[in-house]
Amino acid sequence: MPDGNTTARRVRRLTALAYVAPAGLVYAGFALWPAVHTAYLSFLHWDGISAATPAGLSNYRSVFTDPAIGPALWHAIVLIVFFAVIPCAIGLLLTALLQGGVRGMTGFRIVFFLPQVLPMVAVGITWRWLYADDGLVNQALRAVGLGGITRAWLGDYNFALIALGLIGTWAMSGLCMVLFLAGAQKIDISLYEAVALDGGGAVRRFFTVTLPALRGEITIASVITTIAALASFDLAFVTTNGGPVNRTTVPGLLVYRLAFNESDIGRAAALAVVLTIVVIVFVTAIRRLTRERP
Amino acid sequence: MTPRAATTARYLVLTLMAVAVLLPFVSIVLTALQPSGAQVSGISIPTTWTWSNFADAWRAADFGRLMLSGVLIAAGVVPLALVLAALAGYSLATLNPLGGRALSVAFVLGLTLPIELVVVALYFDLQQVGLTNSYAGAILAETALFMPFGVYWMQNHFASVPAELLEAARVDGARSFTVLRRVLLPISWPAITTLGVLYFMWSWNQFLLIIVLMQDPGRRTAPTGLAFFVGQYSTNIPLVSAASLLVIGPIVVVYLAFQRNFVNGLTQGAVKG
Repeated sequence: MPDGNTTARRVRRLTALAYVAPAGLVYAGFALWPAVHTAYLSFLHWDGISAATPAGLSNYRSVFTDPAIGPALWHAIVLIVFFAVIPCAIGLLLTALLQGGVRGMTGFRIVFFLPQVLPMVAVGITWRWLYADDGLVNQALRAVGLGGITRAWLGDYNFALIALGLIGTWAMSGLCMVLFLAGAQKIDISLYEAVALDGGGAVRRFFTVTLPALRGEITIASVITTIAALASFDLAFVTTNGGPVNRTTVPGLLVYRLAFNESDIGRAAALAVVLTIVVIVFVTAIRRLTRERP
Repeated sequence: MTPRAATTARYLVLTLMAVAVLLPFVSIVLTALQPSGAQVSGISIPTTWTWSNFADAWRAADFGRLMLSGVLIAAGVVPLALVLAALAGYSLATLNPLGGRALSVAFVLGLTLPIELVVVALYFDLQQVGLTNSYAGAILAETALFMPFGVYWMQNHFASVPAELLEAARVDGARSFTVLRRVLLPISWPAITTLGVLYFMWSWNQFLLIIVLMQDPGRRTAPTGLAFFVGQYSTNIPLVSAASLLVIGPIVVVYLAFQRNFVNGLTQGAVKG
């Protein structure tokens, strides 16, 4: 491009910014700024009304040491197993079994995707009833002769967190499966034929062709489901509200409680910051692990 | 295994999985039809089919008002967020704005920002300017939270338009806004519809933001109202089931009408990253 045009080009690139400005301003003002502001509040003691006092790192220390707060982070990580690991495994297993596709897949896809579009509050209320003393889960257990282990699952000291996690498994497995099946349809059939010519069976076909081809889909499915596990506020709020005796507290629940019920803004903010760091660490780790190696 | 047996096995697996997804809904539909306050046990066919639970739940939770509130918020969020995301995506994908790369990164970073981090300070920030308990405040906050996905989605979409198409319009001397309106928009409706449908769903289902920003119960939305309704009537399982179905209903209708957009949006939008 000739020299005389560089100014004109600069002006054009500046005008192009005007298109981004409205989105950028709303995003910066109502999302980025409050996020930074929350990080700032995490270094203060503040009840939301009177003057704030500096807190140094004490809010962060208490996030990790307070017996009512610390476990929430572990619970969130346990939930990743149920929201992300198991659904991805189920999705991959079924993709391997179903490969080749069937007619009427659209109908199945509509069903498998359904949990993704529903408000988690309604999903939680539905499962509260399924897990109740007289609910479907216990009815099924009695029907197969396991009446001895029935209980109110979400109120059980040992099983509540697992019960909460299995709701996530129910909600996320369909998403993983739809993603993986869509990815598997793009695989070149000749690759499978090559493995078959080599004398490879279904298992080798899966590990040498299907799994590597689904790398992108696996990354995405794990990222979406992991974020859902770490930010599972709605579900915990309506099913257990953290109980019994804090066995199912999750970070979102405590951030809400500390900030808006207990007016302990500093600790709420510190927990929110720690949660954000945990999310970023997990997302980065997943991307690293599934990245294509040369 | 013969091909025929394989196909049968596939249908069997798919059907089992579909039953697992649908069974919870069968359970609450049957429960919602039991007499109000009845002791229900698991899945059981009601002896008397009671439809009045829906009307009772609607009145008791004031769903008319809650849904109106939800519709008002979504009616603000969807068009506003679509216009802003389309403008920004267009510029970032085709106009090479100053600092465009950094801006794209800033938007993408927002994809992993948990609402929990935003909401604590947002409540106090909005309180200061009188935007708590306000539809305008909720609309702007949701628009901001949904912006990273929208910009990313529209930017990807506009980047996939063949460059020759844009070049041809520019050679004709069209200004950049005319290119967007006359050339790009007419071929972009599928991408915009998908984004709009996702925006509607996210706005309708939004929970944490609404219970924090809307302290006034009359301005809350259907899912938030439902959570508090359940707290009050937790022992009346048929009534609670009916209330849940009332909240699930509208979004299921939208889902069935736009299922292709939902599935494509949530799968492709993700995969392109």
